[in-house]
Amino acid sequence: MNFKNRDIISIHDFSKDELLSILKTARYMEKNPNTNLLKGKILAALFFEPSTRTRLSFISAMEQLGGEVIGFATSNITSIKKGETLWDTIKMVEAYSDVAVIRHPMEGSARLAAEASSKPVINAGDGANQHPTQTLLDLYTIQKVKGKLDNLHIGMLGDLKYGRTVHSLVTALSHFKPTFYFIAPQALQMPQTYLDELKEKKIKFYLESNLMKVSKKLDILYATRIQEERFADPIEYEKYRGIYKLDTSLLPNIKKDLKIMHPLPRVDEIDKSLDETEHAVYFEQAANGIPVRKALLALVLGKIK
Amino acid sequence: MKKELSISAIKDGTVVDHIPNNAALKLVDILDLKGVRGMISIATNLTSKTMGKKGIIKISGKDLTKEEVDKIALIAPHATVNIIKNYDVKQKIKVTIPQVINKIIKCSNPNCITNNEKNVITKFYVLNKDPLKVRCHYCERNMEKEDISLL
Repeated sequence: MNFKNRDIISIHDFSKDELLSILKTARYMEKNPNTNLLKGKILAALFFEPSTRTRLSFISAMEQLGGEVIGFATSNITSIKKGETLWDTIKMVEAYSDVAVIRHPMEGSARLAAEASSKPVINAGDGANQHPTQTLLDLYTIQKVKGKLDNLHIGMLGDLKYGRTVHSLVTALSHFKPTFYFIAPQALQMPQTYLDELKEKKIKFYLESNLMKVSKKLDILYATRIQEERFADPIEYEKYRGIYKLDTSLLPNIKKDLKIMHPLPRVDEIDKSLDETEHAVYFEQAANGIPVRKALLALVLGKIK
Repeated sequence: MKKELSISAIKDGTVVDHIPNNAALKLVDILDLKGVRGMISIATNLTSKTMGKKGIIKISGKDLTKEEVDKIALIAPHATVNIIKNYDVKQKIKVTIPQVINKIIKCSNPNCITNNEKNVITKFYVLNKDPLKVRCHYCERNMEKEDISLL
């Protein structure tokens, strides 16, 4: 499998074998953290929108591999303020770097950037659409903490309507015969498009609003934040805010080896009291961003085949 | 009274018939006929037994390509396309919706990059032909027939 010069734009672009191959490379990267594999290579980190984890982990990954990073962390920069198109910005960056990572508030921006550049482009979030490196690190985490990806019972909790993270993860996990439990108030349930896709693929799923009704069945519980910015009406937001707050009262009602994940940042979905339990893997999940992003950088730059 | 055709027959070229009445002018846009040197006749508000009112386009000296015919399908799915040679219908082409639609549709997602960046050519994958359902190549949003608007 050769990923040299490949763009990483959407999880839809990857077959099951390709996903597994990337995860395998990430395992290699975790075992061999400090190599000079990307010495002399330059990453352009183009963050048109704020990001903490994704941006820092890409920078850290590149520097740990001996490469260098240029870029910006806000669109409040001269040329874009002057009205330069995304296409032209990318054309300029193409000449200055070997690989680009882009986060942009508009959906489809990463795909357009990839078309503008002959160098590989990695999507670090395009509006509400895709965030494939998050999905890959989620898969990597599940594989690591459960020892497998196949036949798992996976609960997704919180804002399933607007959360791009859960949408991409559902698509990616669909390769591995999962059973899904979508736990959300009706107004924030998984969109019909995704449910239709699951039906087509003959994947079992259950819609539920009460976590306790299904909690004992779960191998993974993937919690998400109810995103205030998605609600036009603040009263509406208050209605759902804090609707699911995971704390130690959950413990009698779960499997001993349930793992709780969260893409972070959390607001009040997971109480700190759970952090020290063996169930909590969300900080490990964030840490897994490093080997996964290292793997992607090395693969698209052709340094690992 | 002698019966006369509203627009005269053509010797060689293409006739697109049975166009929904309100779609004929739009079709002219889509087919990009600016470079055509032969006579182009466009008629709307013609009386039709089956359609009530209809439109028709006759283009002299140009055979439409399969791709151009496919575009017609999006706004005039029941149109008939006749290739004319020496005043005879040489070929009737069945209008079908293509697998990939370039240029002619606008993405319904206001936050899609195609609606915010200059000079981006839209591209859609056809997921289902009847009823029409497409996916935007850029923002990956699905659109159903009622959301689809032409550029």
